[in-house]
Amino acid sequence: MKRDPMHFIKPELMPRKVKGPDGVEFEVEPLRDYFCDAPPTVQHGAYLKIVEDFFNWARAQSLWILGFGTGCGAIEMRPLMTPRFDAYRYGIQWRPTARQANLLVISGYLSTKTLKRAIRAYEQMQNPKYVVGLGSCTINGGMYWDSYNTIKCLDQYLPVDLYITGCMPRPEALLQGFEDLKKLIRAGQAEGANRYAENFTWYKANQKQVIHDWDMPDYNW
Amino acid sequence: MAFEWIKIPYALLTLFIVVNYGMLLGALMQKIAARVGRRHGVPIWQNYADLIKNYGLRTSITHGVMFYLGPVFRLSGGVGLLLFVPTIYGSEMFSNLSFAGDLILALYFVFFGTLGMALGAGESGHPHAAIGVSRGLAQVTAAELPFALAVFAVALQYQTLSITDIVAAQQGGVENWTLFTNPLAVAAAMLAFLGSMMRPPFDVVLAPQEIPIGPPTEYHSSYLALMQTNRAIFPIAKIVVYMNLFFGGAATWPVFFLKVFCIYLVSVFVGVVFPRFRVEQSIRWFLVWAVPLGVLAILLV
Repeated sequence: MKRDPMHFIKPELMPRKVKGPDGVEFEVEPLRDYFCDAPPTVQHGAYLKIVEDFFNWARAQSLWILGFGTGCGAIEMRPLMTPRFDAYRYGIQWRPTARQANLLVISGYLSTKTLKRAIRAYEQMQNPKYVVGLGSCTINGGMYWDSYNTIKCLDQYLPVDLYITGCMPRPEALLQGFEDLKKLIRAGQAEGANRYAENFTWYKANQKQVIHDWDMPDYNW
Repeated sequence: MAFEWIKIPYALLTLFIVVNYGMLLGALMQKIAARVGRRHGVPIWQNYADLIKNYGLRTSITHGVMFYLGPVFRLSGGVGLLLFVPTIYGSEMFSNLSFAGDLILALYFVFFGTLGMALGAGESGHPHAAIGVSRGLAQVTAAELPFALAVFAVALQYQTLSITDIVAAQQGGVENWTLFTNPLAVAAAMLAFLGSMMRPPFDVVLAPQEIPIGPPTEYHSSYLALMQTNRAIFPIAKIVVYMNLFFGGAATWPVFFLKVFCIYLVSVFVGVVFPRFRVEQSIRWFLVWAVPLGVLAILLV
């Protein structure tokens, strides 16, 4: 079978007929049945400014980070949970599921293979959601700048709210970065999810340029 | 007997006090557990920020009707348990909607939330949710056995199914508490209590780091906020039942706050010391250690 390199679909994702345990045959189309690919829309805040400010205060005080480490930088996140740094003091907690998290930390280099998972995780999070790029690798590729399978500028693939520089940044730098993110959120400037929705086609084009085995719908929340 | 409508605002007032106390107490217990690990832990008002944030999320998705109803059932389990049990003994305002047979209803409501959650989490379709719920139902059933036996022992002891009458029988000094008049039943019930507080060694349902995070995996925004509200109400409501049955009830709010705090602390003490059981270990533990105590309590009463 001839495969289009830009639209590579695995056999298990092909539409096909399946025989159920009761002997009845039915058709499945995994990409349509298991995902929903309605594109994201721009979501406006609460009608009253005071209510939106109040929500923004709560959002800033309750950063739930998705427990998803992409590169070596993930090792710098672990000390934040320990007695030495104890990020819980600042309302920062880790959630194991993308549905409940509202902060995605891209911790260090991001290979194109992981980028696909990062995109899926990001799209499953609910608006408003924030992305923090951790370490030089997310800014300009860092020491992987001429690598064949890592991305160089994270902002082209996901809407980054804040970068934390360093290779690696110390946990103190991370805490400082989270405090800065809180200021952005309180000021109502952390609207990455809406930027993603506005420039959806641009982000998708960039993503598809590096991910060659794109075997999922364009948007899978 | 005519229904007194004034009971409804009184019951809502009870609910308001218990929600706020539950939120603060939950954070306080997190702080205590964090101090054991030499951390400072979350701020005391963290649960409010989390709740407001979850209500304030702008988008949410659904997996179907039961996905909506799961958290609603769970919350109604907590609220129902609270409202059909006298919160403050002897108080016209805070006896809520208690009636002659409320002990049986309370037993039912303890189980109700888990069943609702099973339906909701099943609809979410996530494998972790299905595993978590099957673990949860197995463990709740095992933990319910000693609790039910203890409750029957207490009902036999006082010859009544009304929680108000049971509290009334325990008045007049610490030595009249069920804790001292029927220690076996209290022991069995307290072991069951450990199993229902979602803390180690019995947190096989949520099981962080293992099936993160079990039933609520797919839940977010308002659904999750409803469940968080229930997490504030349900432990308190359950402790109120224990307090009324075994520890003499409470005649005033300060006594209520103190007793609830102390009973809650039992599960936290055990939780910070022991690591998590596996499911079959936990169920076996209840059957081997707690159920015989309950049977003895019934035989000796």
